[in-house]
Amino acid sequence: MTVNEALFNYSLRLGDNSLILSHRLSEWTGKAPILEEDLAITNIALDKLGQARFLLQYAAQLEGKGRSEDDLAYKRSEREFYNSLLVEQPNGDFAFTMARQLLNDVFDFFLYEELTKSTNEPLASLAAKSLKEIKYHLRHCSEWIIRLGDGTEESHNRIQNSMNELWAYTGELFEMNEIDSILIKENMVPDLSKLKPKWNNMLCEIFEKATLKKPEEGFMHTGSRKGVHSEYLGFILAEMQYLPRAYPSATW
Amino acid sequence: MVKKTITKEELFNIIAQIPDPEIPALSIGDLGVLRNIEMHQDKVVVVITPTYSGCPAMKFFEQEILSVAKEAGVNYVEIKTIYSPAWTTDWISDAAKMKLKEYGIAPPQGTSDKSFLFGQPKKINCPKCHSENTELKSQFGSTSCKALYFCKQCTEPFEYFKCI
Repeated sequence: MTVNEALFNYSLRLGDNSLILSHRLSEWTGKAPILEEDLAITNIALDKLGQARFLLQYAAQLEGKGRSEDDLAYKRSEREFYNSLLVEQPNGDFAFTMARQLLNDVFDFFLYEELTKSTNEPLASLAAKSLKEIKYHLRHCSEWIIRLGDGTEESHNRIQNSMNELWAYTGELFEMNEIDSILIKENMVPDLSKLKPKWNNMLCEIFEKATLKKPEEGFMHTGSRKGVHSEYLGFILAEMQYLPRAYPSATW
Repeated sequence: MVKKTITKEELFNIIAQIPDPEIPALSIGDLGVLRNIEMHQDKVVVVITPTYSGCPAMKFFEQEILSVAKEAGVNYVEIKTIYSPAWTTDWISDAAKMKLKEYGIAPPQGTSDKSFLFGQPKKINCPKCHSENTELKSQFGSTSCKALYFCKQCTEPFEYFKCI
């Protein structure tokens, strides 16, 4: 695999993650618990979509086969998506959505912070742009985790149960393959194993404030680095890709 | 061919006046969305940068730039979107901040927040009654770039253009 091919795949991994999380968050549009939260979730979804767009644009450019960002978003099948299993999990209740967001955002925060130092200029500048937004997202969901965890017995139990259930999807975030090895050698991307202690510390700090217990380590799901997903991704793509697939030449 | 009758500065000043559709008090020049104009032999390249990654106004700006340039007699316009350097509220001039305030939106105060995670939210003055007795309702307002505040003095909600 060449450096260019590895970069293409890495951009897809980052772009798909933003795209699928954006889609999940947008499912809350019009039905979040309160109006302010409706605005917040849809704003976060919009930021993620913007980030997905420039990552997929960059991937398309690296591939150089004439595919566009839209082709990559709408004309790839399930096995060609590399987003984490975590972000494709269904929204569940509000606590579940916030728990998923926290686990993802703390990871993204440290990943993108490292990516701003990438020797690959486009990746470094996209990371610098995204990081500003990720900080707001992280602050927002961490406040909710604390409010729910340190709230009533009901809200505490819901957020604790969500965290326990989602924990099995966090091992995968730190998995590395050939793509990572190639790009780490070029100082383009960070070694994910080095992010883990920081990710762990920040989460523990938030859990403590939220009176939550850190979930116990156990079985971890895996597969997305190879394009193997949970049953949910197919349903997301069916909805997201329906129009461009049914009407391939449709334009606004 | 590009008419030689219009200079780079003239064209820049015309395009810079395009108002933001969501905050009409500010133009793309005020916001710093318009970065540069390159005059080439056969075309003009207009360089812009989004405020937030998902800013839905970018498509609108592109169309406006093309139509404003056409009115000024420039037909061959190419739009280039750049992401680096990342847009920051530091680019909004003091004059533009005054315009924001007069429009009823509290302008960004200081530079972006370093202690973002557990830090106390900034104290923002109400743009209407100038009271400091305000509280943050939500970090996310009607658009990505604004947060929602409430003034306890005049009991009015208002928006704050947040720092990034």
